[in-house]
Amino acid sequence: MPKMTMIEALRDAMDVKLAQDPKVLVFGEDVGYFGGVFRCTAGLQAKHGEERVFDTPINESAIVGMAVGMAAQGMRPCVEVQFADYVYPAYDQITQEAARLRHRSNEVFTCPLVVRMPTGGGIFGGQTHSQSPEALFTHVAGLKVVIPSTPYDAKGLLIAAIEDPDPVVFLEPKRLYNGPFYGDHSGKSVGWAQHPAGEVPEGHYTVDIGKADIRRAGSDVTILAYGTMVYVAEAAVEQSGIDAEIIDLRSLLPLDLETIKASVEKTGRCVVVHEATRTSGFGGELIAEVQEACFWHLKSPLQRVTGWDAPYPHATEWDYFPGPDRVARALKKTMED
Amino acid sequence: MTQKPKLTFPQPPARPDEAPDFSSIDIPPAGALDVPPLDLQASDSRDYANGMIRVLNDEGDAVGPWADYIADLDPDALLQGLRDMLTMRAVDQRLLNAQRQGKTSFYLLCTGEEAIGCGFQRQLDQGDMNFPTYRQQSLLIAADYPLRDLMGQIYSNECDPLEGRQLPIMHSSRDYGFFSISGNLGTQYVQAVGWAMANALSNNGQIAAGWIGDGATASNDFHAALLSASVYRPPVILNIVNNQWAISTYTGVATGGSRTYASRARGYGIPALRVDGNDYLAVAAVSKWAVERARAGHGPVAIEWFTYRVAAHSTSDDPSAYRPKDEASAWPLGDPVERLKAHLIQIGLWSEERHVQAQAEILDHVTTVQKDVESYGTFVNPKPTSPSTIFKGVYAEMPDHLRRQRQEMGF
Ligand SMILES: Cc1ncc(C[n+]2csc(CCOP(=O)(O)OP(=O)(O)O)c2C)c(N)n1
Ligand SMILES: [Mg+2]
Repeated sequence: MPKMTMIEALRDAMDVKLAQDPKVLVFGEDVGYFGGVFRCTAGLQAKHGEERVFDTPINESAIVGMAVGMAAQGMRPCVEVQFADYVYPAYDQITQEAARLRHRSNEVFTCPLVVRMPTGGGIFGGQTHSQSPEALFTHVAGLKVVIPSTPYDAKGLLIAAIEDPDPVVFLEPKRLYNGPFYGDHSGKSVGWAQHPAGEVPEGHYTVDIGKADIRRAGSDVTILAYGTMVYVAEAAVEQSGIDAEIIDLRSLLPLDLETIKASVEKTGRCVVVHEATRTSGFGGELIAEVQEACFWHLKSPLQRVTGWDAPYPHATEWDYFPGPDRVARALKKTMED
Repeated sequence: MTQKPKLTFPQPPARPDEAPDFSSIDIPPAGALDVPPLDLQASDSRDYANGMIRVLNDEGDAVGPWADYIADLDPDALLQGLRDMLTMRAVDQRLLNAQRQGKTSFYLLCTGEEAIGCGFQRQLDQGDMNFPTYRQQSLLIAADYPLRDLMGQIYSNECDPLEGRQLPIMHSSRDYGFFSISGNLGTQYVQAVGWAMANALSNNGQIAAGWIGDGATASNDFHAALLSASVYRPPVILNIVNNQWAISTYTGVATGGSRTYASRARGYGIPALRVDGNDYLAVAAVSKWAVERARAGHGPVAIEWFTYRVAAHSTSDDPSAYRPKDEASAWPLGDPVERLKAHLIQIGLWSEERHVQAQAEILDHVTTVQKDVESYGTFVNPKPTSPSTIFKGVYAEMPDHLRRQRQEMGF
């Protein structure tokens, strides 16, 4: 099976769909000729033509607004917002238009589009190249919100997102583009070629939206994580020696509550981790769901490890990023409580 | 005969494997346009918005009505202009090298655009406020912003006035008329309008200047700024730096069917001028005119500075992937430093020897400050700021939940 980075896997997903379905379109800032600032669309314009893959003016509202119109008229746009931090001008189009078109028109107009955006920190990007805005989208009825953590899932989920009849916000953890990241910024980074999840089948396949993945089976505590934090959780488990079950949510909306419930009922403990700020973060939602579904199985209070409630800093990035130490501390605490 | 609708996808005149081609750019002769009255109306500004104000001709002479308009620019001011640009270039080069050596995470040059910020800033007064983009570090240089502060920001060390919060080049200095830079394109443009409205309401005699790149004129906030400025007519100068590229995207993707960016402002009822941005004298003259106009209460004005982005977009970019390698050297408006230098030599104020000597002195000064600033720590030699700064200044008063989080961090 070919080895791919997450960038290559995403590109391959778009390539497969562009070739298979003439309705699929790919566009965004620097996406066409150049192939995107992270190179996710490199070569696609040359292969599929500029009517299918093209550059747009720097206006995220226009990118998504055009995509809404195209999607409603039968196309399958898969657009890129250069950084999740720059999605806000498009927030109106995504949350008020794309998300609700099906419902408000009684299903006469629909909006099958994908908005891809690199998310998360770890690249010294400062406050406008590091944000994790997932909760701003999971709070909106009508959207699906997806975040892969491996090249395999990235390709399968992106194909599923392009084929989905509803709008999908597709978050790409940029720190994972070239390899897994275990939260140790001083350590040597390994590429996807050295990781089993870097094996990506050729051609068409999908990963179901709404299905979590048990990344590590364990009996003591359940860790709910997604994106970069899946690897940070793995590092914390290694560091603490606690036999945790790690669930990679992959899809935040809809959420795979069955998998979560089965795990927490088994372990009786749960730690929720994400990189985004804490207050009103998606962790709050997860904790509420787990509490409602598993209250009588819980042996200790639920824990959450998140980014601080402050803008993402440049120089002190690693003091902001919730690394394995903080996750390990939460694991120990939940075992002691 | 009917035609089927067909979409257009603007492409630049040349891609990497082709010869640079600027033949479609119309460069009018220097001195062709006159100086309009300060109360110029949008409807009377067509020739200024579609033409190009130029002062220095190919021979290095300052010619035409705009040359007369700044005839009072004395030798000291002219030499200062050259020194500002040379300083800017030296600072950019030194900091680019620092980034390449891993001493900082990121840098971004303004090579080729030095005249615009340097020439504009020298026409402002203390108290006026720029709302810049990340590529207007030249405003700070010409405002005599301390190099120590400027470089400290790049190294995120103890000399950084922002205590490591912001990405390098995202400066902020109220005292030097430089509004805090945002990474989100376009937002500052309409804020400049609001700041200028506040100036008018408080009758403080100050003006504001918005800055935006050609690519970012596509943003909603660009249009919001033009409309708001047109409605309320505050003392604001709306600058558009057209350097032909927005990362890899050709400027035609932002202009669409418009003829110039300046003409777009006219559509909103704002008088607009287009200027040779590589001509320090044209920049100084038009800036002086615009500042006088805004201060005299004649309302907003838009200026398109026509220039070329010589360097990569940033240290994360490689332009050889999307434009000819030698495109910069084919740019028909030349280099701003070389052009002012030639003029100063022409009028007997300067010489090759003095130029070489000045360059060396400036580089020496910049390097000395840089060494000192680097002694406070770099990415290679880290002396990080305290992580507790993360929680400082989120609010005027720290709420309890942040206090708890700071404690959890260990401070
Ligand atoms: C809202 C938003 N969208 C996208 C970006 C990413 N981005 C940063 S700079 C840039 C190009 C800007 O080009 P231009 O306005 O011409 O300015 P220049 O870099 O040429 O000075 C882009 C797309 C951003 N910073 N903000
Ligand atoms: Mg530009």
